[in-house]
Amino acid sequence: MIQTVLNLVVVLVTIGIVMVTVLLHVAYLTYFERKILGWMQDRMGPMEVGYHGLLQPIADGLKLFFKEDIIPAQANKIIFTLAPILVLIPALVGFAVVPFGRDSIHVFGLTFRPYVTDINIGILYILAFASIGAYGVLLGGWASNNKYSLLGGLRSAAQVISYELSLGLAIVGVLLMAGSLSLVKITEAQGGGVFHWFIIPQFAAFVVYLISAIAETNRLPFDLPEAESELVAGFFTEYSGMRFAFFFLAEYANMILVSCIATILFLGGWHAPFEALSFIPPIIWFVGKVYVFLFFYIWIRGTLPRLRYDQLMMFGWKIMIPLALANIVVTSAVLYFIRG
Amino acid sequence: MTLVLFSYFAAVIVLAAIGVIASRKPVNSALALLVMFFHVAGLFVLLDAEFIAAVQIIVYAGAILVLYLFVVMLLNVRAEEGYHTQGVIGLAVGFGILGEAVMILGRSGFADRFPPSSAPSAVSAVGNTEGLGRVLYTTYLFPFEVASLILLVAMIGAIVLAKKGIFGKEGKRS
Repeated sequence: MIQTVLNLVVVLVTIGIVMVTVLLHVAYLTYFERKILGWMQDRMGPMEVGYHGLLQPIADGLKLFFKEDIIPAQANKIIFTLAPILVLIPALVGFAVVPFGRDSIHVFGLTFRPYVTDINIGILYILAFASIGAYGVLLGGWASNNKYSLLGGLRSAAQVISYELSLGLAIVGVLLMAGSLSLVKITEAQGGGVFHWFIIPQFAAFVVYLISAIAETNRLPFDLPEAESELVAGFFTEYSGMRFAFFFLAEYANMILVSCIATILFLGGWHAPFEALSFIPPIIWFVGKVYVFLFFYIWIRGTLPRLRYDQLMMFGWKIMIPLALANIVVTSAVLYFIRG
Repeated sequence: MTLVLFSYFAAVIVLAAIGVIASRKPVNSALALLVMFFHVAGLFVLLDAEFIAAVQIIVYAGAILVLYLFVVMLLNVRAEEGYHTQGVIGLAVGFGILGEAVMILGRSGFADRFPPSSAPSAVSAVGNTEGLGRVLYTTYLFPFEVASLILLVAMIGAIVLAKKGIFGKEGKRS
């Protein structure tokens, strides 16, 4: 009985630590984005709140928290309220299976593992919840009873369905090589330096994954659901205050989540690139690699113009999916002959 | 514990399924269907079939239902005015199916194996993803290939329907 309670405490504390860490990173990711975009455009970025604007995310959070919450008179109130939650929860739940480091921490005889849980379908679990995120966007756009919102929601659904396919197919190559769906085992399969990372044999899959992940998270240059120059703000045009903040948090949490998955699948997770560098703690390597991806996201945003809708669909269906399928065929054939 | 969870999932599945057909707004029906899919996935998890649970959510909730919602929103289907007029036929068919279900359940002796227990040891030894893969490519290879052929036919059919004139002269090639 005491053991059960202790196990429960360990799990709850781990969940708490992971959630707080993720939300802090989400808050400061907005700061980094504004800073980096500022520097890329020869501006300073946020400077007023705190030293070089370091307290800006907290000020923004407080502002959103105290803003008036407006629900349009013609909106479907239940679904309008439900949609932001349906977007945020899948984004956060995915972090449960991400292994952030190698070593468990022992405190007072309790063992805290560097992940919440290691289920044997880890990557499918994340994909399943990622596909639920589309509902929030679609329903939010519909329930607002606004033509821009509806168009944004519909665009998002079409985009997410299209790019989910190439995202899932890109992952298959890695799964074939690792022989497991568990993120912990996939990380362990890439031990022994940079030449064992799956980015080298699976480079095509890596490129397909990276592009599809940008489309999945509705980021520039694939941000058609919220294209501000044509749709005001797309599916969250009518949202304000905390509900708007939920959509915002979900977008950045999703960015971090897809970066974590990219790190685990292609860059060896918490493994150091060379044996000589393994004195640096694994978790530092993990966070460092994730931030490389996040910087890449912001870099892309600062560089590329938005795609047109038909270009987006054509690119997804006629280039990305055939490429991902070809990668699966080649990978499985090569693995078959190597392993016999 | 298993019994409690099973009862919860079963109750919600039945209630949500009633919600799907009883709701007059198409969007509410779709949402009830989403809730039902999730709880069916819960049942699969209870049976130690995590792979099928994940696939259930990815395929049904993540792809098929989103397409339903898409169509409902795109066509802006209004609330249904009333039930359709096939009430009598519907009742007759319903009773027929209920009778068959009761008959099958009566013969199956499921009560001995209630609540549902976890997977057989042969499956849990290799993990249910691998177990499923092995069975699909050995014992059930033929049905599996037939199913994929049917899907291929459906795919070609969709392309032919969407791109009328791709094989003939009518319509212009893009």
